[in-house]
Amino acid sequence: MIKIKIVVCIKQVPATTEIKIDPKTNTLIREGIENIINPFDCYAIEEAVRIKERLGDPDIEVIAITMGPSQAIEILKEAISVGVDKAVLLSDKAFAGADTWATATTLARAINKIGDCSLVLLGKQTLDGDTGQVGPELAQKMGIPFVGYVSNILEMDQNKMKVKRLMEDRYETFEINLPSAISVIKDINVPRVPSLRGKLKAKNAEIPVWGAEMLGLDVNEVGLLGSYTQVVKIFTPQIKHETTLIEGTPDEKVEHLYRILKESHVV
Amino acid sequence: MRYFLTEEQQMIVDICRTIVEERIIPVRAELDEKEIFPRDIIEEIGRSDLFRLFIPEEYEGMGTGIFEICLATEELSRGDMGIATSFAACGLGIIPILIAGNEEQKVKFLPQVASGSKLAAFGLTEAEAGSDAGNIKTTAKKDGDFYILNGTKQWISNGGEADIYTVFAITDPGRGVRGASAIIVEKGTPGFEFGKKENKLGIRSSATRELIFTDCRVPEGNLLGSEGMGFIIAMKTFDQSRPVVGAQALGVAESALEEALNYSKVRKQFNTPISSFQAIQHMLADMATNIEAARALVYHTAKVIDSGEKNVSRLSSMAKLFASDMAMKVTVDAVQILGGYGYMKEYPLEKMMRDAKITQIYEGTNQIMRNIIALDLIKRGVL
Repeated sequence: MIKIKIVVCIKQVPATTEIKIDPKTNTLIREGIENIINPFDCYAIEEAVRIKERLGDPDIEVIAITMGPSQAIEILKEAISVGVDKAVLLSDKAFAGADTWATATTLARAINKIGDCSLVLLGKQTLDGDTGQVGPELAQKMGIPFVGYVSNILEMDQNKMKVKRLMEDRYETFEINLPSAISVIKDINVPRVPSLRGKLKAKNAEIPVWGAEMLGLDVNEVGLLGSYTQVVKIFTPQIKHETTLIEGTPDEKVEHLYRILKESHVV
Repeated sequence: MRYFLTEEQQMIVDICRTIVEERIIPVRAELDEKEIFPRDIIEEIGRSDLFRLFIPEEYEGMGTGIFEICLATEELSRGDMGIATSFAACGLGIIPILIAGNEEQKVKFLPQVASGSKLAAFGLTEAEAGSDAGNIKTTAKKDGDFYILNGTKQWISNGGEADIYTVFAITDPGRGVRGASAIIVEKGTPGFEFGKKENKLGIRSSATRELIFTDCRVPEGNLLGSEGMGFIIAMKTFDQSRPVVGAQALGVAESALEEALNYSKVRKQFNTPISSFQAIQHMLADMATNIEAARALVYHTAKVIDSGEKNVSRLSSMAKLFASDMAMKVTVDAVQILGGYGYMKEYPLEKMMRDAKITQIYEGTNQIMRNIIALDLIKRGVL
């Protein structure tokens, strides 16, 4: 029997409720802000652990990886505390400033290095970058199918899986061969609370750190140098507090709203 | 307040805090209102390994002590004392097996509780046997390789929800309390049924039912220790479990103080926050001081028990007595600080006050606690 390996890609992000932008420099104020696992990635971690439990095979290995600075090791430990078996940190000065493309290059190479991966799980997007691009780019680079916005894994065995995904106006069901990559949405599960044994395991876990050289990556492929896009400016949009309250019966309100939208050339 | 916790103890606290914040607080008012036993939250507690705290490592537990159980119970009680009761009552059902169970019984029952797949319960109280626990009427008559149980246990926490029950019954009617024995009865045994769920003042998310035995045949291998040891097993169990009731009282009191303190800083009367009034300040100061005093006593008692000291009845009773009286006073005062709002169900204070009351009553009323303390004082002196 082939040993199933599931890799979960996660990211450390600043806790959103506390995000503050320096109005002068338009950059994120990072001092004193707690870092957390990107919330969407928590669903990916939970789903990976549930797949392992559901298939009831103790040989299934769930591996979490993240690319980030050395303190990102904390979220890998957190992943272990909720049931992930192993973790790898991808960290190198050369990785800094990566856009989604360079990130996907790095992650894809790391997953190939881990080897024999049956399934790659990701959160649908990150809270900070918000692009949702790394998953599909990663799958493209690995040459495997990708299904985004999965809300339910209906069936899974060693060779294939059947998944349901949420689109804006409908659900779609796919049967895909493994290996594949999927990104998940929050409807898929309720992530568990860490366990005491998990926390103790996390505390003693040895987490290897892989850099560009170990992954056989050229510095021009990764980080800022390997990126096709650059963040030129971040700014907080000016919000004008002009509110018009539309009153009347529902029909009148719709009529009125339509008129406003038409006049402002929205419709 | 830091209590020099080890890293592992801090982990226990952190896990409980996460469960309280993410799972319990959002639903506690509804659980209380509708008397829902939250099976899903109990399962989450199980998945988090918290039931393993009751159980030694060789039976798939975490091999910790009463102190760690107190820490977990205190934190859970900050969220909902009903859930903390279900948790602690499971421990109460397990302690007799730890005290008097043989290897076979431990191997059979303890791992199931450790993993959280099965809950335990403790069945002593009867209609005519509350404080007078020696007056139990449930009988267990030997018949070949079985005991035949008849009688009704009353107000049993986790009744109906648990799978493993430690039941106290009379095996030798001529010997009074020395004729009582402790027997494990599994849910599903023919002749073992449950009464209706009790409608309670507080801890309404916990399940309290009668255990009804009608010619219920239990294998003799389920007897804990030997015949006649039941009452001693029960009393030794309470020695260990009473500080845990103290920990419940601590948790609910801390939570009430926190609510009252936060409210006092934002509630304005006479154009100023009510926390600026000395009348309120002194109430808050007394609440906080009494909580700290109770915590010191509960933690100290737990650590004395964990050190292996055998003679702990006095201290255990003191911890339960002092902490529960404190919690009743603190929760009443917290409601008072919130005034009319405290009396309303929109705020969690009135529930905390209702929940706190049981800590003065169960696992021995506070009057019985004083009896135990006084008798031990007279027998062994001041120490």
